Amino acid sequence: MSLKAFHVIFITAASALAFGFGVWMLREYRLPGGGSGDLAFGVASLIVGVALLVYEGYFLRKLKNESFL
Amino acid sequence: MDIPYTSQPRPDTGIYNAKVGIWLFLASEVMLFGALFSTYILLRVGARPEDWPTGLLNVPIGTFNTAVLIASSVTVVMAWASLKMKQFNRFKLFQAITVLCALTFLGIKSFEYRDKFTHYEVWKTDGTRITGHLEGKPMFMTLEKVKAAGKESILFTPDLHHYSEGKKAMHERDHGDHKAVEIPVAQIKRLSAFVPAHSTYFAIYFTLTGLHALHVLGGAVVMAYLFGPGAKMWFTDPDRLTNRVEVSGLFWHFVDLVWIFLFPILYLL
Repeated sequence: MSLKAFHVIFITAASALAFGFGVWMLREYRLPGGGSGDLAFGVASLIVGVALLVYEGYFLRKLKNESFL
Repeated sequence: MDIPYTSQPRPDTGIYNAKVGIWLFLASEVMLFGALFSTYILLRVGARPEDWPTGLLNVPIGTFNTAVLIASSVTVVMAWASLKMKQFNRFKLFQAITVLCALTFLGIKSFEYRDKFTHYEVWKTDGTRITGHLEGKPMFMTLEKVKAAGKESILFTPDLHHYSEGKKAMHERDHGDHKAVEIPVAQIKRLSAFVPAHSTYFAIYFTLTGLHALHVLGGAVVMAYLFGPGAKMWFTDPDRLTNRVEVSGLFWHFVDLVWIFLFPILYLL
């Protein structure tokens, strides 16, 4: 597996983490004692998750001639 | 003597030899970290809730460190892609940023470690437990050391909540009033900083994060070499240098992927 393939897997995992973390922080915000920091982290994390997926698409287009092996 | 298949793919495997080597190495790493992750999960589900600290790790700092590692995985790929496109100066730039990210991660992690080494728990003889800081914020203090110093009491600034009260309670501590109290040594059963010997949680926490930090350090050394003295190969055998950067990038991605799993289980759950 080439660095290109591993990078795609990694960015997918990082994006999943960003979405999971975003949902987690929004849940923390809704619980008693949740603060605006939790909300900010949650929203920012969801945005980062989307940005990582956009980057992944850009990366695949940019290196379309590189092998996955 | 010419070493075969350092640049060109081997006919039977379809890839150059260093790539086969790094994947065999990473397979062994998966087993190492897999065993430790399994250990953590079994310890976690088997522990009583009051004995498993939650909310002790700083989530914003951990999040920042996660972002640093994700950014470094992007720059390490950019460094490799730059060599593929014959842009040596761009490679140097991205490789330098990657090494800086690795050092930033280690710097922040050492800050977190120091915070734990100066944070204490006191087990009192009446069965109560309190967490907080000793006067002067010394590291690695124990009851034996306090007694050896001839002290009859300690000045202790307790946290507003103990970790057994839950994560939300822990997060409120910084908004509260911190007043130091004097605790007679005769009333202390045990005194420990948040070090591996403190509890099962900190033993596995330091094992996992310490091993991961060693991998980050190793990766930083290799990438710094490829940025510095190792980069000379560009002028004699550019394809081989490109392959070396790819192999170091594969290792770096593995290290980053381990952190992607470590962060939620240690900081959130």
